[in-house]
Amino acid sequence: MLRASAVSAGVLAGQWSTHGADEIVTLPFENGGRPLVKYPQKRPLLRLTARPPQLETPFSVFDEGVLTPNDAFFVRYHLTLSPPSMDVLGPEKFRVQVKGAVNKPLTFSLAELKSNFEPSEVVAVNQCSGNSRGFFQPRVPGGQLGHGAMGNAKWRGVRLKDVLAKAGVAAGAKQVAFNGMDAPLTPQTPDFTKAIELDHALDGEILLAYEMNGEALPWLNGFPLRLVVPGYYGTYWVKHVHEITVLDEVFTGFWNNPAYRIPDNSCACVEPGTTPKKTVPITRLNVRSFITSFADGAQVKTGVATAVRGIAFDGGYGIREVVVSDDGGKTWREAELDKDLGKYSFRQWTIPFRPARAGNHELKVKATNRTGQSQPFEPLWNPAGYMRNVVETVRVTAA
Amino acid sequence: MKPNLVALLALSAAAAAVFAADAVFTLPRETTALKPGPGVELVTAQCLMCHSADYISTQPRLTRTQWQAGVTKMQQKYGAPIATNSMDRLVDYLVKNYGSEPAKK
Repeated sequence: MLRASAVSAGVLAGQWSTHGADEIVTLPFENGGRPLVKYPQKRPLLRLTARPPQLETPFSVFDEGVLTPNDAFFVRYHLTLSPPSMDVLGPEKFRVQVKGAVNKPLTFSLAELKSNFEPSEVVAVNQCSGNSRGFFQPRVPGGQLGHGAMGNAKWRGVRLKDVLAKAGVAAGAKQVAFNGMDAPLTPQTPDFTKAIELDHALDGEILLAYEMNGEALPWLNGFPLRLVVPGYYGTYWVKHVHEITVLDEVFTGFWNNPAYRIPDNSCACVEPGTTPKKTVPITRLNVRSFITSFADGAQVKTGVATAVRGIAFDGGYGIREVVVSDDGGKTWREAELDKDLGKYSFRQWTIPFRPARAGNHELKVKATNRTGQSQPFEPLWNPAGYMRNVVETVRVTAA
Repeated sequence: MKPNLVALLALSAAAAAVFAADAVFTLPRETTALKPGPGVELVTAQCLMCHSADYISTQPRLTRTQWQAGVTKMQQKYGAPIATNSMDRLVDYLVKNYGSEPAKK
């Protein structure tokens, strides 16, 4: 509450209206200039688009700690009227409905959700399907993101399973659809709604979350209630969720088809520049890892030991091993894994590095999860620019 | 605790809660402008009614085929009220200003 008050005081003081001299961060691909812009409850973030807002986390934030601070967490809306104004999200107005193929349709205020159901917590990565799209070669249309459309937070809420049980899922139900207040300007534009399989909805892991890292959700991350789907791409983490509809048929809406689809094969990839013959909805995160302690082009001291740090994550099996190369991939050493915050979390890792000679050193990192899935050395390609997970490289210079 | 202090604290807590719930968050202004040129008024009217100009300006240098596909998607999938007879002029502007080939003469 204090934070929200401080922010609203800032709004009243007009501190959000400073523009025109935004610092520019240049992402390392053509047309990669992004202004750093301050939004309510946020520190300056890389602005990809203004209306609706899409904001990216500056990459150095991922070296600050295993949890991504709320004020640095990325923002991604889809439709013109987003974000909804705070006056429809407050306790007097905001309600979430449970309806469709249920025995008893229900409506809850946030306070009723909190008092009717046992709370549950999970640390989980939310990553945009198109995170890192700007690095695709050949380039593809869409949001031209660097690596900052991801974040790891401790989410607290109530279990979707418990809420659905209270409403009573009707026999023969197949899927559950979630409508959030990410709304279009015209009725001809498909409203943002996502659906998941009923079995998944009832597995006990999905939360209707109202807190993030111990505080109320920030406005731009779905206040007061969002879906948290651990292990799945951010497209399913519906913000400002206000309608939960149990379906007795398979959802056919735009945002599950044709949007957010990947090639129907094990790599979710096709020959660059070609179109997949068959697609399926995007689902779980693949394995990724990043070096966070050095930006590309960083300077290090020759002959002096330093630590390389980073993060690794996957879609919910958990990270088994992280290996690092400091010679461009010729030799690899195993990094030490930091504390395990659960199978859906970032896993921090560290490894000593002592550049023996002056000059350029190519650092690479590769993670493997507990089912043996890892990362490719050459990037995989698909026309939507989803699921990039190539082994990443950071070049440092020793002097 | 004195009753009047309790009342004061309760009042200020209530005021803080109301203040937070009533917070009027203001979004920063859009700062990206479209490049001037033939067709810019049409693009402003038909594209920018739904999204800011940076949705266009941050794209890589797309080909004519890609811009054509993008505008068609906006019209047919997103329901943008783009008249079919203005499609060519929209695509010409996008290709010339944000594309990878010169516009047709």
